[in-house]
Amino acid sequence: MATDTTTVAPPGAPEGAPRAGRRPALRRDGRYASVFLAPSLGGLALFTLFPTAMALGISLFDWPVFGTRSFLGFGNYSHLLHDPVFRRVVLNTVLFVVLYVPLNVVVSLGLAVWLGPQIRGRQVFRVLFFIPVMTPMVANVMVWRLLFQPGGLIDGGLQSWFGIDAPNFLGSSSWAMPAIVAMSIWQGFGYNFLVFSAAIDQVPQSQLESAQIDGAGPLQRFRYITWPMITPSMFFATTMTLITSFQVFAQPFILTQGGPGVATQTIVMYVYNQGWQFLTMGLASAAGWVLFVIIMGITAIQFLGQKRWVNYDV
Amino acid sequence: MTSETNSAARKVRSGVSHTLLVLVAIAFLGPLVYAVSTSLKPADEVFTPTPHLFGSEIRWKNYADAFTFAPFDRYFLNSLLVAVAGTLVVVAASSMSAYAFARLKFRGREQLFVLFLGTLMVPQEVLIVPMYWLMQALGWVDSYWALILPWAFTAFGTFLLRQFFLTIPAELEEAARVDGCGPFGTFLRIMLPLARPAIAVLTVFTFISFWGSFLWPLIIINSVEDKGTVPLGLAQFVGQQGTQWNLMMAASVMAMIPTVLLVVLLQKHLVRGLLVTGLGGR
Repeated sequence: MATDTTTVAPPGAPEGAPRAGRRPALRRDGRYASVFLAPSLGGLALFTLFPTAMALGISLFDWPVFGTRSFLGFGNYSHLLHDPVFRRVVLNTVLFVVLYVPLNVVVSLGLAVWLGPQIRGRQVFRVLFFIPVMTPMVANVMVWRLLFQPGGLIDGGLQSWFGIDAPNFLGSSSWAMPAIVAMSIWQGFGYNFLVFSAAIDQVPQSQLESAQIDGAGPLQRFRYITWPMITPSMFFATTMTLITSFQVFAQPFILTQGGPGVATQTIVMYVYNQGWQFLTMGLASAAGWVLFVIIMGITAIQFLGQKRWVNYDV
Repeated sequence: MTSETNSAARKVRSGVSHTLLVLVAIAFLGPLVYAVSTSLKPADEVFTPTPHLFGSEIRWKNYADAFTFAPFDRYFLNSLLVAVAGTLVVVAASSMSAYAFARLKFRGREQLFVLFLGTLMVPQEVLIVPMYWLMQALGWVDSYWALILPWAFTAFGTFLLRQFFLTIPAELEEAARVDGCGPFGTFLRIMLPLARPAIAVLTVFTFISFWGSFLWPLIIINSVEDKGTVPLGLAQFVGQQGTQWNLMMAASVMAMIPTVLLVVLLQKHLVRGLLVTGLGGR
């Protein structure tokens, strides 16, 4: 994934051209540029930059949807700190991330290695695994809600083939989170599978073959040839998956409504509940900012840590 | 002799590997097959002691019944309207700004581009509260405007198309300029047609992300019967007593069909769309 921000040399502007000759072009281009940039700049300013700042502002107020607002300072944040529900919600989200991210990476990387260039019809698998990534999340979750029902496919299958009752997945405080994680892996691993699969395509077959002739086993070939070449993709995949998994919402919202109790309520569900069930926008906004800070922190750690294991020059 | 046993062993191994793969594919497809199977069963055969692929009859009528059970025709039209309009705005705005960043020289270009990319860091959850307040201020709560515009300005499209514009040889543009084409003419007649593959990817992935978006419609739409989108309509089933699972699966399958078709259609270009999808889902 190329992310360089360097630009190509502008056409017709050789090095050392007289300054006087460049200025008018710059000014003329500048005028056009402002027209070309106006929609995006305006939209981003109104719908992203301004709301980001506003979110910080709102989080400092007691801000009911209707009624009078009053300044609280950091009152909402200290409320969050002492709210047992919010603490539980953060723990739930962290638990989801800790279970989901490694499993997702293991499943998608394992399948991508297995489905290497030597497998016929791997394009079919790429498309197949990518389908739930693209289908509406709510529809996916609905299917799994039925799957997990007592009498649904999992329960029915266990009963008729093994004669055992499945637990009530979505109603049990020990099974609900694993059920949400399982559903999310099924839905989401196709994305990382495609990322890894595309990276593995770039690994030269000749190197793998000559290593095999030299007696390197499959694990050694993976460790010393494939792995160093796919670390940039690994970095991209883990960063993206970490960020999106902290934002998990639709799966618990539809599978369990956060229950039983608050056993599967996540940070985004908390934001939604505070904002649109209890109509306390200030608290919702503060919780949103806490999530933002967590995500920024994780991303920063990822970027700082990448020097230790990511190779960009192979 | 050794080479013969070797190749025989390899054949066995590849046979086992392919068999296992078919099993993986079947397990993976299980939930989808189950959804389609349930959508074609009579209501009282959804939960049977032993799982059956087919019920006593194949009830295609469930698909029609889903529309009378809930106004799914309305939901589909709303989703289509919102996704098409939103995609048009995204493609227009991001291709224009991408052209400016890729081809025009102006002061502060690099800094502005970094600012653009910086907006990608802000998660939707931070924005929804102030966005709701903004919609209240604009009088857009419970409106199509609110479904279309707030998330139609994203730096993903700009980034994707800028990267593509940079690969287009500058000579083509120069020739157009010599022929008297201004920046607008070059943009419309040279750059856009050449960028068609990248624009197709952006279009499809943006459409899909609008089509599936859930959290924001859930917040901003109050009159679901009137302005609800498909995901909102599906979510209405949750918590209802005696859920009509067969009808709900029919509706879910119908919600999936357009996206499945688009994925199959675009299968060669999925990798390029990864960045647009990655942090999307708004």
